[in-house]
Amino acid sequence: MVSVPEIWKEVTVDGSIIELKGLTKRYGQFTAVDHLDLSIRKGEVFGLLGPNGAGKSTTILMMLGLTEPTSGSVTVCDLNPATDPVGVKRKVGYLPEEVGFYDDLTGLENLTYTACLNGMSTGVATEKAIALLERIGLGDEKNKKTGKYSRGMRQRLGLADVLIKDPEVIILDEPTLGIDPAGVREFLDLIIELSRENKITVLLSSHLLHQVQQICDRVGIFVKGRLLATGDIKTLASELFRHAPYSVEIGLGNTNEVTDDQAGQAGIDLIISSIRQIDGVTSVSETNGMLHAECSRDVTGKIAAAVISTGAQLTSLNMKMYGLDDIYYRYFEGDEDHE
Amino acid sequence: MIFITAILKEMKTMNDLVSALSKRWFGASDRKMHPFRVIVRKEMSDQIRSWRFIILITIIALTCFGSLYTALANMSHAVKPNDPEGSFFFLKLFTISDGTMPSFTVFISFLGPLLGISLGFDAINSEHNRGTLSRILSQPIHRDYIINAKFTAALATISCMLFALGLLVIGAGLFSIGIPPTPGEFMRMIFFILLSVLYVAFWLNLSILFSVLFRQPATSALSAIAVWVFFSVFYPLIVNLITKSLEPSASATPQQIIAFDHFRLGLMRLMPNQLFSEATTTLLMPSVRSLGPLTMEQMIGALPGPLPLGQSLLLVWPQVTGLIAGTLASFVISYTLFMRREIRPR
Repeated sequence: MVSVPEIWKEVTVDGSIIELKGLTKRYGQFTAVDHLDLSIRKGEVFGLLGPNGAGKSTTILMMLGLTEPTSGSVTVCDLNPATDPVGVKRKVGYLPEEVGFYDDLTGLENLTYTACLNGMSTGVATEKAIALLERIGLGDEKNKKTGKYSRGMRQRLGLADVLIKDPEVIILDEPTLGIDPAGVREFLDLIIELSRENKITVLLSSHLLHQVQQICDRVGIFVKGRLLATGDIKTLASELFRHAPYSVEIGLGNTNEVTDDQAGQAGIDLIISSIRQIDGVTSVSETNGMLHAECSRDVTGKIAAAVISTGAQLTSLNMKMYGLDDIYYRYFEGDEDHE
Repeated sequence: MIFITAILKEMKTMNDLVSALSKRWFGASDRKMHPFRVIVRKEMSDQIRSWRFIILITIIALTCFGSLYTALANMSHAVKPNDPEGSFFFLKLFTISDGTMPSFTVFISFLGPLLGISLGFDAINSEHNRGTLSRILSQPIHRDYIINAKFTAALATISCMLFALGLLVIGAGLFSIGIPPTPGEFMRMIFFILLSVLYVAFWLNLSILFSVLFRQPATSALSAIAVWVFFSVFYPLIVNLITKSLEPSASATPQQIIAFDHFRLGLMRLMPNQLFSEATTTLLMPSVRSLGPLTMEQMIGALPGPLPLGQSLLLVWPQVTGLIAGTLASFVISYTLFMRREIRPR
C-alpha cells in the first residue's frame, strides 16, 4: 500500500521538475515577471527565449531562491526555493550570464573549491574536478590561472563548475554570450552530450534563436514578463502560421527568349496565375524575379509542374520551413500591435 | 659534513611531521569540511597571499620594530626611583618613546584602522564585480556564510598577525632587557593585544559595511578612509571648537567644571580611537586609576600604587563595551543589507 503523499511525489517527479504557478515579480511599479505559468518536464532541454530585459534572468533567480517572488509559487525538484534555497541549490546547477572565477586561482582550484562547497572532501573533489576538466577539454589548462583563460574556456569551465555537483537540473543563463560561432556550436553540443549522458534537465535562456532551435526540445517565448507561447518549434510554427505553414520560393530563368520587359512581365503573370490555380496555394507574390507562394499543404511538385508547363525555366525551388526567426518576429509584431 | 647531513635529516623528519599534522588539522584528503570552513580557509589564504597584506604587514612590522628600538634605547631614562610603576618595567616597552618616534600603542592605534580597512573594503563588492558572488551563492550554502566567513577570515588573519607581532616584541624585549615579565605584566600584554584585535575588528566591520553599500571598491575604500581621517584629525578639532566656546569661567563652581569635563570627555569618547587609547593606557600603565576627573576628596588617602589587573580591566570595561557595540552595529547593518540584496550576476 503506497501512501497518498508518496503517490503524489511519484506523479510530480515523473511529470515536471520545475513548476511555476502565477509567478510574479515587481520592482516598484515595474513588473518584471507577470503571472508566469510554466512546467518543465524531467529530462528535457527547454529553451527560454526572449529579448534582453524580458525577465528571463529574474525568473531564473527566483527559481534558485536568490530573489523572492512578489506572488505565485515556484517548485523545483519538489522543493520551494523561497523556503529551502539550500535544498534547491544542492540539486540545481546555475551558470550565470557572465560567470566569474577567482582569477588568481587555477581552473582546477576553482572547481575544487566549488566541489568542497558542495560538501565533498578535498580528495574526492580534486579527482572529480580533474575528470571533468578532461571531459570538457581543459585537461591541459587545468593548472593555468583562470585570469588567463579565454572567454570560451571560461564558459566551458563554468559548465564544469555547474556539473561538478551532479545536478538534476542545470540552468544556463545566456551561456553562449560572447563566444565565437564555432565555439558556440561546440559548447552547445557539449551541453547536450553531457545532459543526455547524465539525464539532466536543462533550462537554457537565450535571445539567440538559432542556438535554441538547434538544441531545445521545447521552447517558451518570453516577452515583457509574459510567456507568450510554449511548445516544440513545429507546434509553435503551425500555431502561428496556421493559414500558411509552408512557403515556397521559386526562382525563374529567362523565359523563352523573350527579351523585352513587357513580354517578360506577361510571362511572369501567366506563371503566377497558373500557380494560383493549384489547390492549396493561398497567395503568390513576386519580388525581383523570385516568386513566393504561401501554401497550406506541401504542393511543391505541383508548383514545379505548373511552372514548367508554361514553358518557363525553373532554376530553383525552395521549400522554407518556418524557423524561430519567423516565430520570434511574428510574436514581436503581435506584441507591438497591442500597444 | 656529518653535522650537515644530520641537520638535513632532522629537517626532513620535521617536514614529514609538519605535513602529517597539517593533513590532520586541515583535513586534507578524505575528510569532508563544512562549507563555512571551506570559505574561511579560502578567504584566509587569499588574504595572506595578497600583495596588500604583505605590504601592510611590512609597514606595521617595520614601525613596530622602530618603536621597539626607541623604547629600548630610552629604557634606562624611563626607570625612576620611587616610580609606582617600577615593578611594571616590561610594560614600558609598549608605551615609552623619546618623542622622535611614537610608541608601539600609538602606532597600533594609528595603523590598526588602515589594516582593518584594507582587509575589508572590497569584501563583498569585488566578489560581485568579478561575477563570483552569484556563482558561489548558487552553491548549496546559506547566504550569510559569505559575509560571516569574510569577517571571520579577516579577523583570524588580524589576530594571528597582531599576536605574532606582540609576542615578537615581547620576545625581543626579553632578549635585550634580560628581565622576564611577571605573570601580571604578561596578562596585561595579552589583554592589550586582544584589545587591539577588537579595535581593528571595528574598522574591519566598518569597511565591510562600505563594501556592501558601494559597488566600486575604490569608493568604499575612500569612504572608509574618510571616516578614519575624520575621526583622527577633524573630530578632535571640532570637539575643541565646541568645548572652547562652552568653557566655564574661572569663577565657576567645581560642579560646573566637573560637568563640563564630563561633557568634553563624552564627546571625545564617540571616537573609537579615543576609546582605544584610553583602554590601552589603563591596561599598560597600572598606575592609572581613573579616566575622568578626580576630586581631591577621592584622592585623599589613596596610596600611589598600581592597580591589580582585575581593577584595570574593570576600569576599561565601558570603553571595551563601546568598541564591541560599534563593531556589532556595523556588522548588523552590513549583514541585513547583504541578506536583503538581490544578487544579480554582474
